Amino acid sequence: MDFLRENILSVVIFLPLAGLLAGAFINRESKSALRWLTLAVAVIEFAVSLLLVVWFDPSATGMQLVERYTWIPAYNIEYHVGVDGLSLLLILLTTFLTPLVLLGSWTYIKKQEKDYYLWFLALETGMVGVFASLDLILFYVFWEAMLVPMYIIIGVWGGPRRIYAAVKFFIYTMFGSLLMLIAIIYLYFAHGSQTGAYTFDVLKLYGTYLPASVQGWLFAAFALSFAIKVPLFPFHTWLPDAHVEAPTGGSVILAGVLLKMGTYGYMRFAMPLFPAAANAFLPYLAVLAIIGIIYGALVAMMQPDIKKLVAYSSVSHLGFVILGLVALNIQSVDGAVLQMVNHGLSTGALFLLVGMLYERRHTRELSEFGGIAKKMPVFATIFMIATLSSIGLPGLNGFVGEFLILIGSFFAKPAYAVFAGTGVILGAVYMLRTYQKVFWGRTTNAANEGLKDMSPREIIVMVPILIMIVWIGVYPKPFLAIIQSASKSYIQYVRPRAAALPVYRQGPAFRTPERLK
Amino acid sequence: MELNVLRYIVLSPLIGFLINGIGGKRLGHRAVGLVANATVLISFLIGVYAFTVLLSMPVNERLLTDTVYTWISAGALTIDVKLMMDPLSVVMALVVSGVGFLIHVYSLGYMHEDRGYARYFSFLNLFMFSMLLLVLSSNIVLMFVGWEGVGLCSYLLIGFWYEKDSAANAGKKAFITNRIGDYGFLLGLFLLASSLASKGVLSLDFTAMAGHVALLSPAVLTVIGVLLFVGATGKSAQLPLYVWLPDAMEGPTPVSALIHAATMVTAGVYMIARMNFLYVLAPTALEVVAVVGALTALYAATIGLVQNDIKRVLAYSTISQLGYMFMGVGVGAFSAGIFHLMTHAFFKALLFLAAGSVMHALSGEQDMRKMGGLRTKIPVTYAVFLAAALAIAGIPGLSGFFSKDSILAAAYGSGHTVVWLLGFITALLTGLYIFRLMSMTFYGESRIDEHTAHHIHESPKVMTVPLIILAALSIIGGYVGVPRLLGNIFGWHDSDMFVHFLAPVFPVVPAHKMPVAVETWLMIGSIAMAVLGVFAALYVYVTKRMQPAKSAAQAVPGLYRLLLNKYYVDELYNAVIIRPLMALSRSFLWKFFDVWIVDGTVNGSAYVTEWASARLRKIQTGDFQVYVTIFLIGVFSVLAYFVLR
Repeated sequence: MDFLRENILSVVIFLPLAGLLAGAFINRESKSALRWLTLAVAVIEFAVSLLLVVWFDPSATGMQLVERYTWIPAYNIEYHVGVDGLSLLLILLTTFLTPLVLLGSWTYIKKQEKDYYLWFLALETGMVGVFASLDLILFYVFWEAMLVPMYIIIGVWGGPRRIYAAVKFFIYTMFGSLLMLIAIIYLYFAHGSQTGAYTFDVLKLYGTYLPASVQGWLFAAFALSFAIKVPLFPFHTWLPDAHVEAPTGGSVILAGVLLKMGTYGYMRFAMPLFPAAANAFLPYLAVLAIIGIIYGALVAMMQPDIKKLVAYSSVSHLGFVILGLVALNIQSVDGAVLQMVNHGLSTGALFLLVGMLYERRHTRELSEFGGIAKKMPVFATIFMIATLSSIGLPGLNGFVGEFLILIGSFFAKPAYAVFAGTGVILGAVYMLRTYQKVFWGRTTNAANEGLKDMSPREIIVMVPILIMIVWIGVYPKPFLAIIQSASKSYIQYVRPRAAALPVYRQGPAFRTPERLK
Repeated sequence: MELNVLRYIVLSPLIGFLINGIGGKRLGHRAVGLVANATVLISFLIGVYAFTVLLSMPVNERLLTDTVYTWISAGALTIDVKLMMDPLSVVMALVVSGVGFLIHVYSLGYMHEDRGYARYFSFLNLFMFSMLLLVLSSNIVLMFVGWEGVGLCSYLLIGFWYEKDSAANAGKKAFITNRIGDYGFLLGLFLLASSLASKGVLSLDFTAMAGHVALLSPAVLTVIGVLLFVGATGKSAQLPLYVWLPDAMEGPTPVSALIHAATMVTAGVYMIARMNFLYVLAPTALEVVAVVGALTALYAATIGLVQNDIKRVLAYSTISQLGYMFMGVGVGAFSAGIFHLMTHAFFKALLFLAAGSVMHALSGEQDMRKMGGLRTKIPVTYAVFLAAALAIAGIPGLSGFFSKDSILAAAYGSGHTVVWLLGFITALLTGLYIFRLMSMTFYGESRIDEHTAHHIHESPKVMTVPLIILAALSIIGGYVGVPRLLGNIFGWHDSDMFVHFLAPVFPVVPAHKMPVAVETWLMIGSIAMAVLGVFAALYVYVTKRMQPAKSAAQAVPGLYRLLLNKYYVDELYNAVIIRPLMALSRSFLWKFFDVWIVDGTVNGSAYVTEWASARLRKIQTGDFQVYVTIFLIGVFSVLAYFVLR
């Protein structure tokens, strides 16, 4: 047990990879064995990741369950992993969604099953690694490594325009990442030459003094890289393409986890590493986030393809998260982190459901449907719950996050909430419109006559997500408790240093009453 | 005082919802009906128990609370799941669960043959849960949970027959219109929270807020008050967000009764009354409430005058009556507003349920032009309908009279002469439209087609008994609040018990210094208006036997068409807001901006790179002589640079 406790993070990171190695020895034709093996690995992985929660102390500040080994001594590159509340929740989200996605893919994937399931395990290792890394080079390696499986998942098992979408996804993300790599290396030398300690340890780099203009450039490199990932308006156009073409499993993980790496990047790296620059850029980020909220919703409203609609809705939802992060008070940041999880759950659920519909009808055009509620009542009910979660109905998860973000951003600057709040109306418009078009009305299309309701396997895939949707909505306290100290230190890292560098104080001031901290 | 049974008032219907929602299909009709009805009855009975507890307490300490758990905690912001019951919320809770229960019972009969029986009852229970949560919440955020919850339930129930496009559209319209109001409500809530926070209090608990709002400036309070009221105009169907309510009749009729009487639309009035501590400090906001209420009252009554659908008349009548309630709370007579809310709950539930009984008798017919002469054919329905009609018209002795009169008296007494005048005219119109409805439905000659006439039958007991109970309440329900003036005449002391009971919740309103003579004349005036309206309607539609729609259409065709088409407001919203927004989103934002500008830039840069690379590639000819030539040019250039420098 002690060994496990000391190395728990490494176990969680590499367990899927071990599963992959085991799976590699299974015959390509034993599809069932492959399915069960990969599912079992993912379930065990989830169970093991729950130990993180057990051993995590929400009241402590700083990184926990840290493991640290020298990796490349010449450059002081380390294998350095650890978690705070932010990374813990995102790791859990990853390990929670992966088994569901694997189980959900059983009938969807009809070619090269072995490769599909094994790539997913590789992807899981990459994702957990990204969230756990505290060494910038290690982070960068995981960040890039995780691109490959997703690129392949879209490119091989995707829709008709999968190659275009996969290449766009890969190159767009890569473009941002390379700028980030340059910034990482610059930061390494800047910090080393000042202090004599050359390190990629992000916690140590937090304190680096940099001239204002340099900070601006480095922040821009990081921020651009993450903005593409989020995606923040106007860097979002790869997302609808990738989502529409990706297989269901790919979409779920893409929306559920990969987009969070962008917002995670802002919170872990871009903002606290370059606080002065971050403060200068804050208003612009906020404006982009708000444009994203409204723009994403308006464009989503007109989409004829359900997946594309959900994709644009992600632009809108992620706008809320960024707004929460830049409003910089405890309510908004808590809300933003919770909303990362919420978006993973609700959008993940929606993509899974749309996938189920696609498996039955091989189309996602809204106009092809109508009156489905009568044919598939269970499906209609679950879709309704996912819809309500997505539009932030109180009592379900989405509300808690959205509410905290909005009230927090109102505290920061009322105008933010005034504009962002319209997203709450528009969200209801596009989701309910979609729901009506798919489920209500008469069944006019003969192709919908023989639709079968959800199979037990499909229900098993959805139930855990529904439980989480209700749990976070009704009793979010344990989640907020986990988040709390991470948001506090994030705010402390970003805010006070802004005050120390008067040159950056020309931008609109961010007002947070003392007692809200 | 902590009273931990309060949570079961709210929880009981939620359990009913879960049982019927998850297992409804397997339970069978009887069990579904039993669960749904029993859970609401339990809420009502616990409410009654809590009421007795409350009564046994000293007047100024009447407050029961029940802290369940901490819901949201972020920094200094803590929101508890905590219920409270004071005289105001106990009135609401009893009206909601009591009238709601009767509607549940009635539904057993009305929905008996429906395919979605279990779904119906589970939604109905969810509705009760949301509304009870709304009225029992001790903080404004938890109240918002109920607030949005009733919006959801109205969406689900209005769209209950989702295969009908009109029902599906109406459901969606209800939800979205409500959301627009909720946006205002949320902004009001945020402004309230942040203003309080800047004074060092970050609490959204009603009691805590009541103690601290005085710290805020009147301007801020006014903005908050107006924003919250925007939420109320959505939920309680006032100008300009009332448009969803008339369409809400697409749902099953008992649902209309529920939405219009016990739940949902009363939420806005309740919210203003609950936030009275804020509104009294923001007189301008209160003025807005009163004026919007008065205008809505008149506006909706005029539309109600010409509608031919029995449920539509009632729908506009609800909007109009809600206008009265807002007039009441708007002029600071909070208890009068709540009083009218209660009596209205009785007679409006009755009107809708009785209309349902009429439709039940006529195989679903809603068009009053195809009714008439039903008085003798369905006597029970007729009798209860008459009681409700007299009550809403404000005929002395019935419940509506007392409550409407106290609102009008308060409006006049507080110097809101224009508001009073609007209400006064509306009183005439109320008598007019409701007895137009009575005449077209029950009196005169039958215009029912023969086939339908054959099947006319009185509703079963399970439907008529709730009707009779509601009729009794519509008649006697007003006697808890007999105005002093009348009480003195008949020698009843403390005749306005209702006001007394609610007094601890509401601020002390300076007594209206109205001479007895003025008050008497006011009362006589409004009685005269009501009676005039009733008789005018009876004269025109029964004695003169006018063809209802035609005569008015001939007299003033332009006005008639304007009213019949509801002032073209739906069309206006469509043309000014909805269509432009859709067009903007589709043609500009999506198809042009997103595809060509944003994505065009991304793909464009890729193409430029590709194009440039293709050109650059040409340099790599593989021809050794070219390479050598370029190399030599390079060498000589460098040399030349250094030599000539």
